[in-house]
Amino acid sequence: MAPTATDRHGPPAAGRWRPLAGETLTPSGVPSATVAAVSGLTAATAGPEEPLVLARGLVKRFGDFEAVRGIDVEVRRGEAFGFLGPNGAGKTSTMRMIAAVSTVTGGTLRVLGMDPATDGPAIRGRLGVCPQDDTLDSELTVRENLLVYGRFFGLSRAECARRADELLGFVQLTDKVNARVEELSGGLKRRLTIARSLVNEPELLMLDEPTTGLDPQARHLVWDRLFRLKQRGTTLLLTTHYMDEAEQLCDRLVVIDDGVIVAEGSPATLIREHSTREVCELRFEVDDHEQVAAKVSDLAERVEVLPDRVLLYADNGEAVAQAVHERGLSPRGTLVRRSSLEDVFLRLTGRSLVE
Amino acid sequence: MTSTDLRILPRRAGATPAWPLVERNVVVYRRDWVIFVTGFLEPLLYLLSIGVGIEQLVGEFVLPDGRAVSYTEFVAPAMLAASAMNGALFDTTFGVFFKLRYQKVYDGVLATPLRPRDVAMGELAFALMRASLYAVAFVVVMAALGLVSSWWALLAAPAAVLIGFAFGGAGMALTTWMRSWQDFDFITLAILPMFLFSATFFPLERYPGAMQWVVQATPLYQGVVLCRGLSTGALGWDMCVAVAYLLALGSLGLVVASRRFGQLLLR
Ligand SMILES: Nc1ncnc2c1ncn2[C@@H]1O[C@H](COP(=O)(O)OP(=O)(O)OP(=O)(O)O)[C@@H](O)[C@H]1O
Ligand SMILES: [Mg+2]
Repeated sequence: MAPTATDRHGPPAAGRWRPLAGETLTPSGVPSATVAAVSGLTAATAGPEEPLVLARGLVKRFGDFEAVRGIDVEVRRGEAFGFLGPNGAGKTSTMRMIAAVSTVTGGTLRVLGMDPATDGPAIRGRLGVCPQDDTLDSELTVRENLLVYGRFFGLSRAECARRADELLGFVQLTDKVNARVEELSGGLKRRLTIARSLVNEPELLMLDEPTTGLDPQARHLVWDRLFRLKQRGTTLLLTTHYMDEAEQLCDRLVVIDDGVIVAEGSPATLIREHSTREVCELRFEVDDHEQVAAKVSDLAERVEVLPDRVLLYADNGEAVAQAVHERGLSPRGTLVRRSSLEDVFLRLTGRSLVE
Repeated sequence: MTSTDLRILPRRAGATPAWPLVERNVVVYRRDWVIFVTGFLEPLLYLLSIGVGIEQLVGEFVLPDGRAVSYTEFVAPAMLAASAMNGALFDTTFGVFFKLRYQKVYDGVLATPLRPRDVAMGELAFALMRASLYAVAFVVVMAALGLVSSWWALLAAPAAVLIGFAFGGAGMALTTWMRSWQDFDFITLAILPMFLFSATFFPLERYPGAMQWVVQATPLYQGVVLCRGLSTGALGWDMCVAVAYLLALGSLGLVVASRRFGQLLLR
């Protein structure tokens, strides 16, 4: 029997999602030999088959508060991997540990085959990092930001200059080279941050909410650049709380909530496994959508009740909408759409992703 | 803290990963050269006002070796020491605080191969480069005005840099505990009496017994002893004590600052 809305609003919704029988938190298709080899902690750097990031039971505590509560992650060379989760899920905390700028509280973590606790500088030298809050140098111009940053990676001045000009072209900031950072809009700053994170030609590019706060046009430009990088073979690791971003960019992702991973897979797989093909959204002129939901719950495989609407999950959304109308109910609005990761998240956590 | 964390000097000179941070500061200061000049002018103006005005009102001073010098000759090395102190403190306190808390420069820097101790070393090295420029210029002015009476004065410039090292290291370490600009009033509160009462304007013997111990405990007093000994050529063993004191203070500050940067930025 498919779970109903009431299932989701019972105790499990408040608690954490636990793997059900048949669903497993272990990433599919991971040869157990790889795990064994890495847990031996012998490799100096990641070989071609070794994952760029391998976390097992990773924990981050701030005082008494556990922000990351034992997560398993594996990022393979060449893929685009996403952390999808709401505010406070622990995305940034995890990213910072992987970027070797935050100490690991528990579990094991290998990045590029090395241990962040002891090989931080070596790891950071091969990563590109685009943090959630821009850390651009506001006392420097756009171009100087790249020149100076390249020097931190030990590049020669000539090489820094060559890469700076190339990267400014890549992110389309060529007409702003001598602008002060303060003069840049949020979108331009983001593009500069991305350019800066590429100055050391990183094997793994980490982006923490790369498009948060950007307008649609700016988002699409960033997506386009990231897509090109991926095609060139750069491994991407990004966090987002935008479903469309995750669906656009990620080959594989983990849904993270309250410091734990609640699902893992490709966007399509997650949607297939945790949702139906289509969704019928109904909005009524009532205060309490629960009552309405009771009248239509038998029409769909699953029903979710949100404060402002009822979601009916079915493979044929149009048919459900039709049936609702035939019952004499007249919603103020009806929308039939394909399932998205938003629905997966709702299903897994009982909460919407973007409040 | 392991022993490797305490290794603050780079293994190979010229290959220090901290150097790019110095370059970064040079890029910024190229635009703000006025600040550079004012930092040097202040102690120079003090010196001139004393030489022109006060010297006539005050008698001569007898050095430990029995020689008598003019008042300006007595005060000049103290001004050199004070200018080194101020020069190094400006970058390592206000400068570091601004970059640490407001500008978040080090958050970006630590995402590269640089480590917290490289940040501490880079900032201190930059402050010392600036202090060196001031020190050399100041010693040249002293010589031009006939205020040095020994070839030892050539070493007064490096001595001033050592004073900068001590104050810069200590100031940077303290800055990591500052929460707001108001907290800097404590530094001002410590610096001003030190500037006035570290045997800068009158000799140690003028203080009552117990106060002499307090004065001798201040780093600026130690710096003044060093600079005055070198500029006048009246050397003494207390200068060795001063060198050891200043080296120890600066090193301690550097180690503490490195550690604190790590705690604050790599949480
Ligand atoms: N330095 C810190 N000290 C104490 N608590 C922290 C610290 N950093 C993060 N936290 C807490 O850890 C939890 C996870 O934070 P984190 O920044 O990793 O979430 P996030 O998924 O990145 O959220 P967002 O989408 O808002 O960026 C939050 O509850 C946050 O308050
Ligand atoms: Mg975050």
